Amino acid sequence: MRHLLSTADLSYAQALNILDTAAQMAKVSEGSIKKLPTLRGRTIVNLFFEDSTRTRISFEAAAKRLSADVINFSAKGSSVSKGESLKDTAQTLQAMGADAVIIRHFASGAPQRLADSKWTSGSVINAGDGTHEHPTQALLDAFTIRKHLKNGIGDLAGLSIAIVGDILHSRVARSNVILLSLLGAQVVLVAPPTLLPLGVENWPAQVSYDLDSALPHVDAVMMLRVQQERMNDFFFPTSREYSHYFGLNFDRLSLLKNSAIIMHPGPMNRGLEITAACADSARSVIVEQVANGVSVRMAVLYLLLAGAPTEGGGSVA
Amino acid sequence: MTKYLIHGATLANGVNSEIYISDGVIVEVASKVSHPESNSAQRIDLSGCLALPGLVDLHTHLREPGREDSETVASGARAAAKGGFTAVSAMANTFPVADTAGVVEQVFRLGQSSDMCDVFPIGAVTQGLAGKALAELGAMADSAARVRIFSDDGNCVFDPMVMRRALEYVKKFDGVIAQHAQDPSLTVDAQMNEGTVSSRLGLKGWPAVAEEAIIARDVLLADHVGSRVHICHVTTAGGVEIIRWAKARGIQVSAEVTPHHLLLTDEKANSFDPIFKVNPPLRQEKDVMALREGLADGTIDIVATDHAPHPAEDKECEWQAAAFGMIGLETALSVVQLTMVETSLLSWDEVAVRMSIAPARIGRYSDHGQPISTGSTANLTFINPRASWKVDRDLVASRSKNTPFHGMELPGKVVATFFRGEPTVLKGRLVRGGNGS
Amino acid sequence: MSVALNATDISRALTRISHEILERYHGADSVVLMGIPTRGAFLSARIAATMSQIEKFEVSVGTLDITLHRDDLRMRPVRALIPTLAPKGGIEGRDVVLIDDVLFSGRTVRAAFDALGEIGRPRSVQLAVLVDRGHRQLPIRADYVGKNLPTALGETVRVQLSEIDGIDEVLVEPGGGLA
Repeated sequence: MRHLLSTADLSYAQALNILDTAAQMAKVSEGSIKKLPTLRGRTIVNLFFEDSTRTRISFEAAAKRLSADVINFSAKGSSVSKGESLKDTAQTLQAMGADAVIIRHFASGAPQRLADSKWTSGSVINAGDGTHEHPTQALLDAFTIRKHLKNGIGDLAGLSIAIVGDILHSRVARSNVILLSLLGAQVVLVAPPTLLPLGVENWPAQVSYDLDSALPHVDAVMMLRVQQERMNDFFFPTSREYSHYFGLNFDRLSLLKNSAIIMHPGPMNRGLEITAACADSARSVIVEQVANGVSVRMAVLYLLLAGAPTEGGGSVA
Repeated sequence: MTKYLIHGATLANGVNSEIYISDGVIVEVASKVSHPESNSAQRIDLSGCLALPGLVDLHTHLREPGREDSETVASGARAAAKGGFTAVSAMANTFPVADTAGVVEQVFRLGQSSDMCDVFPIGAVTQGLAGKALAELGAMADSAARVRIFSDDGNCVFDPMVMRRALEYVKKFDGVIAQHAQDPSLTVDAQMNEGTVSSRLGLKGWPAVAEEAIIARDVLLADHVGSRVHICHVTTAGGVEIIRWAKARGIQVSAEVTPHHLLLTDEKANSFDPIFKVNPPLRQEKDVMALREGLADGTIDIVATDHAPHPAEDKECEWQAAAFGMIGLETALSVVQLTMVETSLLSWDEVAVRMSIAPARIGRYSDHGQPISTGSTANLTFINPRASWKVDRDLVASRSKNTPFHGMELPGKVVATFFRGEPTVLKGRLVRGGNGS
Repeated sequence: MSVALNATDISRALTRISHEILERYHGADSVVLMGIPTRGAFLSARIAATMSQIEKFEVSVGTLDITLHRDDLRMRPVRALIPTLAPKGGIEGRDVVLIDDVLFSGRTVRAAFDALGEIGRPRSVQLAVLVDRGHRQLPIRADYVGKNLPTALGETVRVQLSEIDGIDEVLVEPGGGLA
């Protein structure tokens, strides 16, 4: 594997290998010395066409713990309305000797364009592209679920996981549906019909419009951020009505199994899709997701960059 | 006086015939031409070739004036000739917009000076393509360009009252409104066909209903006011259904389909390569099959390329940032052979109707789409249907290289094109006008 | 290909090393054996068992994955990580004996020092290997050696252990050698 563009690119064995490697990385992160020499001398570029401080610093922390040199390149605000600049930027990074480009872009497919082009020879890691995918988020979610519900071992067989909210515009949901089902979990998508994509019935997931009836059966519930501006496009009448039907609140907490965990990829809209009481409850693993994000990203960087360079793809497994 | 005696070619009906051309006109078509002056004619051997009336394309974007970096009337006319066309219609979305007699006359004259094919400008329906106020349709019709087709292509004439008035007004000079059927509010920021693929890729979907709703409305409007309406680039099975229904009712509707919509599907977007980004978008397999069927049974009258050249920088970028459109003049006939002839959906006689006779009739281009017989203007296309070729974007005559067929092996090669009695293409190569003069 | 050590040779060597370690530390209570995966981990388990048998005392044993500290990662396809398992009570202030199958360039041992630093600060570190084949590239020396095996640089020494290879033997093969 040379790039990580989509969770659909991962085989079952590769996905498990990333989780297992991340578990080792997590141990390192728990130790007194958090820095490893593994990627010394390698240059990693954080190429962000869209603001995302948390994703950027997570990748930055992961790269630095492995001793890579990190260059942050924020293209936001520069002229990218004409896409030429993706090419120009990539060629610039290539000239600077980037071994890997971690790209966050508002346009779906931009990481794949970069990987398929001859503009850069480095590995491309998708850190979220438009409404397409966010594979490292899905990997850290799977890692978190496995840690809590499977003792950190093996796959996710037998678990049921609800993803609730704006599925239509969510790259987190897309990557998670693919990855969680690959790992054997049953995924339930819960959303108003307006926020479900056309053809969702072909996805490896069940669909429900009713959060209350879904909650008692799931082992984990993942709440998605709802953008306030969706309201203006008639996706739902008011934010109050949205919260009423699809928000996770104190009353709904009691519907969950005792062992069930609450997740959110962040940043949260407290009071809209999740109340503070839920976000801060003992079942919430939201803060831990952030820590796991660093371990998972260390694993991805290690597996993509540590070995001998491969032409057109070696293997992770 | 130039005289040519073409021998070795077969007519679409399968009869091997010699064709004697003199002074721009077909003088004699016979198994052995007997005309006394034919002895002094230049003999051209087109053995193994099929003779078709010169192809007519009602839908091209030649970009001049304003975007000469992507195409000019001259370069577009060369691409047309190479693809076997003897007449093309140039859409109005230039800079400035072809919404006045001045601009359409300019485009018309550029076409004449190219001397590669006839270039018939299409006039804008509304001023600046803005959809608000009618352009001076009468002045464009009466200009030297004698415009008969009007279109805001690229934009839909969305306001039903504006569309109604336009349909009515062009009756005065036997004109036709060519509608780009796309409900704009259902397609804000739309990137590709809305379906399983767009949902997976996270690209904003372009629902089929956005096209079908406008087609339905416009055939009803045309029926109501008794006017002709032409539907540009139909892409959906539902659209074909509606047009079939309208024709059965006797509504004066004609429709076109592009070669790319006859062959490619939205699965191509999986690459995120915007070479496959086009308006209207590539649809699904079931739509492709319905389009082929509609073209075969005559529901869809013609093939038109929607040749839309774009410079490299408008395609070498993110999908969302890229321009819509693909070039098609040089590959059209081959794609039709692949999708329609080799599937036995159309005979070559019917191809002549769909790609020459019917489009000439819709555009009222009287010198085109004539039968290959004595007295017709010598607009002719000769293809070798048994030859095949590999599309190479670096070898196109168009100024832009944005062909979605690059690297594909296609059947059927245009061997010769005759425009008003003179060859523009011989042995598959452009023979004159290489400098655009 | 020749057999340098057979099963009996290996068993004898490990027993001798077990005795030497006990002798060196006057018992086993301060000692932690840390095997370097894959085969070093099996060897350390065997030595620990032998030592425990002699002393009637549970010897502390763990494994130490050094992959993330290697300086030759770029020369081979990416390697899977193996858990580092520190013994109960850790290694802080104790006498660590690193155990590996073959001592060659010394780079593995260097990486092991770094990996060890991650989990604690032992009082001392020693090194035990089943085979020392020479050709050192770093100033590193083993404290306990099962067998000194002179080899050519181009040869490969292959240690096979019954736990994963189904047989106990050490082979010297032509080809391969230092990467």
